[in-house]
Amino acid sequence: MAGHIVPKRTYVAVWITLMILTAVTAAVSRIDLRHASAAVALIIATTKALLVILFFMGVKYVSQRMTIVMIVAAFFWLGILLVLSMLDYVSQAWR
Amino acid sequence: MSDSPMVVTHDEVNPALRHHFADLEQQREASEFGMWVFLATEIMFFGGLFLAYMVYRYLYYSAWVAGSEAMDFWWGTINTAVLICSSLTMALAVRSAQVGQRKLLVMFLIVTMLLGCVFLGIKAVEYQGHWKEHQFPGLNFHFEGPDPQHVELFFCLYWGMTGFHALHMVIGVVLVSIIAFFGWRGRYGPEYYNPVENTGLYWHFVDIVWIYLYPLLYLISHQHSH
Repeated sequence: MAGHIVPKRTYVAVWITLMILTAVTAAVSRIDLRHASAAVALIIATTKALLVILFFMGVKYVSQRMTIVMIVAAFFWLGILLVLSMLDYVSQAWR
Repeated sequence: MSDSPMVVTHDEVNPALRHHFADLEQQREASEFGMWVFLATEIMFFGGLFLAYMVYRYLYYSAWVAGSEAMDFWWGTINTAVLICSSLTMALAVRSAQVGQRKLLVMFLIVTMLLGCVFLGIKAVEYQGHWKEHQFPGLNFHFEGPDPQHVELFFCLYWGMTGFHALHMVIGVVLVSIIAFFGWRGRYGPEYYNPVENTGLYWHFVDIVWIYLYPLLYLISHQHSH
């Protein structure tokens, strides 16, 4: 019964990947990528967040549909908050 | 055995099973769902702070770079690594509860707690530095350079976001210590470990907030150092 049991080596592999990605984002921040630098930092941060959510938080193994709906809804609402609010500021140049 | 009517209807009843649930599996699913509802409100809470950060960064980008230059790159990077390690030990703690390894559960929880304290200690050292450098908005703020008003705004968000994050860390350390105490007493095992799992979900959520705070607050200035 109860929750999926993840092998220890999976957790360790995720941890190693997270540490490597931290080193990469720290190193890349010292290189001037102009406008791409913020995007690169956010892509790496989102990759790290996804690894934590899917494996450490076990969302990959969640079987209950209601929980999945809640998780997707939470990030959908966050998307509405961030994207629609920012559109208001970014579009001011055309007004 | 007992005068509770529930005991009559089940062959063997785990004392952790609350009477309003049919079985432990249903109880665990309800607990997991409830925790994610709570985390959704937490995502909204930090989402508002991140939105404020994004809007002002878009409007006053050069002040954001100047503010970020006052951050200590190495403390920020070390603290990110410390939190990632604590997430590993937290995940292993939940796994230990799932497979019924009581001693390992307590050990991993204590290591998680200690790593949380290391993070808070480093943060305290950083805060002390910012205070001495007159980087606390409203109370002692002083900035030599262009656009001090908006650099102060950066520091409002720096203290606000990292402050709320640190508050969550303090709550997390308290929760983990409570779970460690009951874990040591043998309350959790393969059949019932919801509090361990939910504390883990909370801990990982707080880790994710920092995963975004680190590049957004500490790494802007380096991108424009040339």
